[in-house]
Amino acid sequence: MQARFISIGKLGQSRRILALLWLAMAAWPFISPNDYVLSLGIYFLINLILVASLNLIMGWTGQVSLAHAGFYGLGAYVSGVLSVRLGISPWWGTAAAALVVGAAAYLIGLATLRLRGPYLSMGTLGFSGILSVLFVELVPLTGGPNGLSGITPYALFGIDLDTPARFFWLAWGVTAVVMWLLLNLYLSAQGRALRAIEGSEIGANTLGVHTLAYKVVAFTLSAALAGLAGALYAHFNLFASPETFGFGTSVLLVVMVALGGSGLYWGPFFGAVIFTAVPELLRKFQDVELLVFGMCMIAVLLFFPGGIASLIGHRSPPKPRTAPADHSAPPPSQSAQEHGDGAAGSR
Amino acid sequence: MALLEVDDVRVSFGGLHAVDGLSTRVEEGTIKGIIGPNGAGKTTLFNAIAGIQRLSAGTIRLSGRSIEHARPFERARLGLARTFQNLQIFPDLTLLENVMIGCHPRVGTGFLSSILATPASRAREQRMEETAYDKLSLLGMADRAGELAGNLSFGQAKLLEIARALAAEPKILMLDEPIAGVPASEQGGIGDMIKAVNAQGVTVILVEHNMRMVMRLCDEILVMRNGRFLAEGTPAHIGTHPEVIAAYLGKESSHAQRP
Repeated sequence: MQARFISIGKLGQSRRILALLWLAMAAWPFISPNDYVLSLGIYFLINLILVASLNLIMGWTGQVSLAHAGFYGLGAYVSGVLSVRLGISPWWGTAAAALVVGAAAYLIGLATLRLRGPYLSMGTLGFSGILSVLFVELVPLTGGPNGLSGITPYALFGIDLDTPARFFWLAWGVTAVVMWLLLNLYLSAQGRALRAIEGSEIGANTLGVHTLAYKVVAFTLSAALAGLAGALYAHFNLFASPETFGFGTSVLLVVMVALGGSGLYWGPFFGAVIFTAVPELLRKFQDVELLVFGMCMIAVLLFFPGGIASLIGHRSPPKPRTAPADHSAPPPSQSAQEHGDGAAGSR
Repeated sequence: MALLEVDDVRVSFGGLHAVDGLSTRVEEGTIKGIIGPNGAGKTTLFNAIAGIQRLSAGTIRLSGRSIEHARPFERARLGLARTFQNLQIFPDLTLLENVMIGCHPRVGTGFLSSILATPASRAREQRMEETAYDKLSLLGMADRAGELAGNLSFGQAKLLEIARALAAEPKILMLDEPIAGVPASEQGGIGDMIKAVNAQGVTVILVEHNMRMVMRLCDEILVMRNGRFLAEGTPAHIGTHPEVIAAYLGKESSHAQRP
């Protein structure tokens, strides 16, 4: 009975790692030489929620969303517009952002997740296009191509969180809660069922998992988190512009999930670091940015297909299983040759 | 009343009747074998019972309750558990986690309690893990509980699927070619395990090509040919049935053997 309660031990261990990581991150404001570096830390925390939210539906559950930048933008605009046009508190705006984005995803999910296959990708691709048009064309609300300016910052106890030094602690706290709850989910029966759907939807279904309901819940939750990240972004940046939330960003986010380690809890930490840092490092090269991202992606696929997070821990990339067609000793029976249809492909 | 009653079931793909008006009964506590040449419709019948394949006509009753409109996950909760001929394991989950999915229907915990990691949800988690360990031990795989299922060989993955189905504590365990692709040395062990599970009261339905195993294990055998009923009875009856011998076991028959 040496290894009893692996999953219980795993939760405790992962929680300790997460807590240590967050303590270490608390040092960021003190080691940052200036506001620019400090704000990069804030963008990292927001991006972490964003990449982790996509990992939830794409990595864990195996359904690729191509509208995550759109959801991020919808969250930013819902909260931003409420604050600029109606003077509603950013706190309420943030809650509204998560709810509206979650509701939109719920409807898309119900329509597209009934079918097995890339239908969520197709549905979200369309939705992403619709959102891009709305962000640009609804000029009275969103400010159109010029962007939405004049977004109010969060205020806590009468103090505006309008500097990186103040905002950092909000992002630090909110992201900690989100990642903590996601860790709980990852190592629970529900999280395991989502990860099982990624492996074999039919298998999970025949074992009693209501796969449609699980996929819809995961997608709704995933989009709501992206909406939350969008609202945080809007009230930190105090400005939102449509090109931030375009289809290209959605594709980059998919790349970040894969780079970090699709379906692995720690994957988004790496994905968010790259998503935050690389554009800053490559700023002077302008358009080379996409080229470098593309080459990174190819390198990852070639050398560690499981993503960066698969290099730590025991999670080596799965080896291709050999089909049994080559077993040289057929079972001793009259109908030994009849293995033809059984051997037809292991997966 | 039989535990499972299949009545006049038809499954058609376009104009082809993969299963054509088939009826059979599975009595509680027995092992039922389904045999027939390739293309006889055995796996299609299996999928129809498990709910993966829609019926074109007919009824299926479990404990007298009509289930032909229930979805696969609902049938699982009613007590059907199956393995797959071509494997449907979860490669990125550990062996233990794979088997814990088998316990899923019986945990009934919600997303919210999982996200908050409530004490009740963690307690359920422990119970699931204990059950999963027991089932892995039954198949001699407990020492590999923490490994990823994607690293298993085909034969071992088949064993894992059996453990996973057993974790569901089903009324009926449906095994689709459990020893195809398994090394000959391990086949006898699987047969003994099926016997042992059956002795604990689990009804078993078995699709298998290995006649020696079918004859040894089964209480009753259904023989199919071209989607239709050909014969049904005890192993002794089937083994001497002239049409069965001609259609399936026969040496001159072109049907059964592949070049």
